[in-house]
Amino acid sequence: MEMDTQTAFTPWASLGGGVLIGLSAVMVMGIFGRIAGIAGITMGALGGIMPLRGAGSDRDWRWAFLLGLLAAPVILIAAGGTVTQTVPQNLFAMAIAGLMVGTGTALGSGCTSGHGVCGLARLSGRSLVAVATFMTAGFVTVFLLRHVLGGV
Amino acid sequence: MRILWGFLSGLVFGLGLVISGMADPAKVLNFLDLAGSWDPSLAFVMGGATVTAFIGYRLVWKRSTPVLDQAFDIPKSRSIDRPLLTGAALFGIGWGIGGFCPGPAWTALPLLAPGTLIFLPAMLVGLWGGAQIKALGLLDAKGAAT
Repeated sequence: MEMDTQTAFTPWASLGGGVLIGLSAVMVMGIFGRIAGIAGITMGALGGIMPLRGAGSDRDWRWAFLLGLLAAPVILIAAGGTVTQTVPQNLFAMAIAGLMVGTGTALGSGCTSGHGVCGLARLSGRSLVAVATFMTAGFVTVFLLRHVLGGV
Repeated sequence: MRILWGFLSGLVFGLGLVISGMADPAKVLNFLDLAGSWDPSLAFVMGGATVTAFIGYRLVWKRSTPVLDQAFDIPKSRSIDRPLLTGAALFGIGWGIGGFCPGPAWTALPLLAPGTLIFLPAMLVGLWGGAQIKALGLLDAKGAAT
């Protein structure tokens, strides 16, 4: 973990971006009748190239959706926008983090979008418990890494 | 048509992630850092997204079927079980270490930061592994009827 990078509080950009994320979730529900959970969409897409239990079998739109995710920053930059990003540089920690995020979202059947945005919008009690659990785990982890271990 | 609309949905989602700041791990980690450099922006992302989806879902559910599919496929499980809690806790810890959840990890990929290039493949391996653990029932309580 590196030490804190200061970031500016951006309520309007964040609210606007959030509305776009919600709009996408509504598009996926209205057009495909599915939950726009990125972990689930990724599982469904992966199911096309390897046997994967529990992966959705409708792969066409899932692959296209992931391409759309990839295209977003490219299009923003091509249109003259800037994309600010600071990714942690401890590659070992990032490998562990990736493994945990993948394993956890597969086991828990959802991530920030599936349980967070879509699950809460459906008023799912199961999703509410999942969100409370992963938020708490995230808060505790950052507290331990930054304030107890002091940035390893 | 399904490919086009799938792409557009993903594009809107990705633009939302980038514009909102959710695709920047520094911002996510600061959101999770209540005791330090707290940046509450992501609460606005979650709020904007959830309220929009809450209203929009109720509008599209007035249709009998989705536009380009046979039926609405809504998760039916209501059980709060061990895989759900273990999985969500694992995910939260990984999120707190890396600052990425699955969507932002994809969207950040074209920017080619070394951390992203390591995180995403590891996440795919994890998704595969998690699906195996779940399929084998390794987390089911001993003696529990499944």
